[in-house]
Amino acid sequence: MKTLDLSYVSDNWSDIVHRAWQHAVLAGLPLLIGLAIALPLGWWARRSTRLRPFLIGGAGLLYTIPSLALLIVMPVILGTKILSPWNVIVAMTLYTLALLVRTVADGLSAVPGDVEQAATAMGYTPVKRFFGVDLPLAIPVIAGGLRVAAVSNVSIVSVASLLGVSQLGYYITNGYQRSYSIEVWVGIIGCLVLALLFDLIIQLVSRALTPWLRVRGAS
Amino acid sequence: MILTDTWKWLVDGANWSGTDGILHRLEQHVIYTLITLAISCLIALPLGSWIAHTGHGRWLVSLANAVRAVPSLGLLCILGIWASSHISGDLALTGPSIAVLVVLALPPLLAGAYAGVTEVDPAARDAAKGMGMTGAQVFAKVELPNSLPLVFSGLRSASLQVIATATIAAFLGIGGLGRFLLDGQASGEYQVMIGGSVLVAVLALLVDLLFALAQRYLVSPGLTGRRVRRHTAGTGTGNLDPATNLDGEKATA
Repeated sequence: MKTLDLSYVSDNWSDIVHRAWQHAVLAGLPLLIGLAIALPLGWWARRSTRLRPFLIGGAGLLYTIPSLALLIVMPVILGTKILSPWNVIVAMTLYTLALLVRTVADGLSAVPGDVEQAATAMGYTPVKRFFGVDLPLAIPVIAGGLRVAAVSNVSIVSVASLLGVSQLGYYITNGYQRSYSIEVWVGIIGCLVLALLFDLIIQLVSRALTPWLRVRGAS
Repeated sequence: MILTDTWKWLVDGANWSGTDGILHRLEQHVIYTLITLAISCLIALPLGSWIAHTGHGRWLVSLANAVRAVPSLGLLCILGIWASSHISGDLALTGPSIAVLVVLALPPLLAGAYAGVTEVDPAARDAAKGMGMTGAQVFAKVELPNSLPLVFSGLRSASLQVIATATIAAFLGIGGLGRFLLDGQASGEYQVMIGGSVLVAVLALLVDLLFALAQRYLVSPGLTGRRVRRHTAGTGTGNLDPATNLDGEKATA
């Protein structure tokens, strides 16, 4: 082992923080957009047994497309420049959807039937029941899917550095080209820290939105 | 028009032959994928089902899952740098790439084999013991066949992961279809980049389809519910909850 030289990190600290922020946006924004689209699609897949295989199978099919290939094809579909961050954001949204549509449908299916009936009997309209009863009860399952998607997104976004889109993956490819392993480690550890942060935030939000789970856990 | 240029590149026979032709790159990609899957199946499938059967070493499954958070590009590059100063010759390129591909293929395979055996209906296990089967017989005749749906779902996500990462591994210089994606970018030939991307995506879809077909033929109909209607109720020995099968819909669609 060579002596650990951390001067690279301190010398480039502001650059690292800047790229980490870019990485967080490229991985995080698609989580929010993907969740917003997956909620209605998952609800739809749950309601219609005929559409379910198409919605969930179709979403799953998106996940089979290799990341670098999807990132390269994106500008052709969107009509954007190859370096545009929107290519990454839309591609990551598709991957998020691939994971979340299924999770949302599963989460909604796991809501007990008697709870739904009780809510209907109390006069909840379908829309009110979805937001007031079904969705809150499905939060733990959806948060689980979101955690998987967050970790996967953070990892995949780094691949975009092969195309020159600025984020933490830059340190990985640049470090490799310079045979400078400390720089590569900056990229890897940066991604791990970011993934951990996302995981923590999702868990905290999920906890805050489901106070009844803690009450049950305490008794 | 970029789409017509891509189409022209794809159908031009000259692009398919030679050492940097599509056929050779495709062959490299498929060989790396097969070698990786063979090695990782040999490690993960016995290990995963053994962990589930005996209950020892569950931490290995959690450890493998934690590895998934490490960016694959980073893993490739750090091992690439290490290998270039420790190993010489061709192995310095292919060795670390295959090693990283194996590391990435292990978690889904291990999780599939582990969950597959763990989630076998305890009633089926008890019935087998009650019929006088030994521990090894229960494992071979009940637990393994019943674990197949989840093993297959692990195998399918592993193969997708490997095909995608083998594309990125072209960055290290091991060839494969990823070459077109990177070379096309370097030379500004977008039709090569996009053509290569289409080829990789088609390969991934075809491999997934092949495994889906294999799954149809190898998994007992009693588990998938495909032919259950013809029998009387209660034939399914190990009714796996479809929700636990990651690829349930794709397999039956």
